[in-house]
Amino acid sequence: MSTAVSSATAASTVAVFKRSRGHWANVAARILRNPTAMVAALLVLGLLFMALVAPWLMPQDPFATSMFTRLKPIGTVGHLLGTDELGRDLLSRLILGSRLSLFMGITPVLLAFVIGSGIGILAGYAGGFINTIVMRTIDVLYAFPSVLLAIALSGALGAGIVNALTSLTIVFIPQIARIAESVTTQVRRSDYVDAARASGAGAFTIVRAHVLGNVLGPIFVYSTSLISVSMILASGLSFLGLGVKPPEPEWGLMLNTLRTAIYSQPWVAALPGLFIFVTSISFNMLSDGLRSAMEVKQ
Amino acid sequence: MISYLIRRVLYALPIMLGVAFLCFMLVHIAPGDPLVSILPPDASADLQKQLMELYGFNRSYPEQFFSWVWRALHGDLGSSIATGRPVAQEVFKAVGNTLMLAALATLIGFFFGSLFGFVAGYFRNSWIDKLASFISVIGVSVPHYWLGMVLVIIFSSQLMWLPATGAGPDGSSDWVWDYAHIQYLIMPAVTMSFIPMGIIARTVRALVADILSQEFVVGLKARGLSEFGVFRHVVKNCAPTAMAVMGLQLGYLLGGSILIETVFSWPGTGFLLNQAIFQRDLPLLQGTILVLALFFVGLNLLVDILQTVFDPRIERA
Repeated sequence: MSTAVSSATAASTVAVFKRSRGHWANVAARILRNPTAMVAALLVLGLLFMALVAPWLMPQDPFATSMFTRLKPIGTVGHLLGTDELGRDLLSRLILGSRLSLFMGITPVLLAFVIGSGIGILAGYAGGFINTIVMRTIDVLYAFPSVLLAIALSGALGAGIVNALTSLTIVFIPQIARIAESVTTQVRRSDYVDAARASGAGAFTIVRAHVLGNVLGPIFVYSTSLISVSMILASGLSFLGLGVKPPEPEWGLMLNTLRTAIYSQPWVAALPGLFIFVTSISFNMLSDGLRSAMEVKQ
Repeated sequence: MISYLIRRVLYALPIMLGVAFLCFMLVHIAPGDPLVSILPPDASADLQKQLMELYGFNRSYPEQFFSWVWRALHGDLGSSIATGRPVAQEVFKAVGNTLMLAALATLIGFFFGSLFGFVAGYFRNSWIDKLASFISVIGVSVPHYWLGMVLVIIFSSQLMWLPATGAGPDGSSDWVWDYAHIQYLIMPAVTMSFIPMGIIARTVRALVADILSQEFVVGLKARGLSEFGVFRHVVKNCAPTAMAVMGLQLGYLLGGSILIETVFSWPGTGFLLNQAIFQRDLPLLQGTILVLALFFVGLNLLVDILQTVFDPRIERA
């Protein structure tokens, strides 16, 4: 704080008209200087691009089965990454699978970000009785290990994309709400909020002008770190037969159906998991880079 | 401190009640009539009425809930639809296997995690630190069910060193501590250990770096304490937190073992859950989840209490 003030005064004495770079420009500059984060960002962009243009990228029809080309090895002519247990081209399925896999991994975090921040900011700003009620309820959900909660909910709801998304969103809401609540409580007790309130600002104005700007950054960074977990969990649900239903291509589901082939075509069987791994580690490293660039401590 | 401990235990009670309520609701959020999901498809009208009475689906929700909790407290978690056996019996048989697997995995993960964490924290920003950090990122990012498959491919399908699935030769279900049985435990435990390893490595690295930057370490060095002597102080200072993280990780593994147990057909709670999901055996699902979640809450409580008792720096008013 004091360094910021002193450098600001120093800058104002040197060049009065030159504005210093904004917060986000600083963050971007720091990210660009971090090679690990840049590699991760490129991988994430590549995966998103692959999902976007999947129909034009895939060399074969990912749904075309053939009894004669079942479980071909990697490097087969016409099937670069081999074929699955129904003779479908694995490369095409992996490419098209990126759509559902990324969708299933990212959507719950996005939804939980919106709902969880809402709940957390409300509880943190309201304080008192409302805070206690909301946070004790959140604590109950938090009392479950996330894998167990996801499986309990989607196990009861049954297989399906919507049910899996619902379960995962419920898993992440308490985690995000907790962070949002603690950051909001800190901000609410700060002097500038007191000053704003003293000068007559209403609750809505304070939340919009002071709380959101200070709170959304840390919550956002925390949420990005959840995408990696969400990818593993979402694919895990499909792996258990609880998420995406066949014949739709999704990496976790593909891994599950190819499990029978680990003796005949082991490396073909392991491929979908490699894609989950690469996606998850890329999001993780990108989130780490983002955190250190924003100087947010966990 | 006594008052803190009492309040901590009292605080856990409503959480446990909430956990029980959520487990109770699992049968009710399931699509369709809850009775249909509990009844075997060929149930007679008589049995239907009997179960209706037993579960009290004709009564109000609060009444149902409390009678369910009452029965659960007396060790009655209902009967499995698929096997007809009492759920409590099935769960307690399986929980031992899961506990054994999760405990071993936590120990392996704790050992390697602290090793990597210490090395990384001591030689910060060196290549060793970068390598250790990379390994811990892999630990938290790898889909463990896939890692299990890869290990099976390498050590069972290719090298044929270790058995791929099960918990004993010829599908035996009674555990004995001999090599014939232990070899079934190796791969699932190693696979599972990657999760706590990554998290413990991260925690220990941050702790060590923080402790080394504190003034008392400089003081110890200035007074001529040997490198090893300083190291002992660092270990003593980060042990309580690291142990607490380890305890919580054990809880996470107990709840999260389902995917790994599925890959290795390990006869634990994960296997039960898998069975419950496939056969839509809701009483079994509900009972298993309840036991695991309560175990997790209890473990959290225990870790908190032990930390307060053993770490005098933590003052909790």
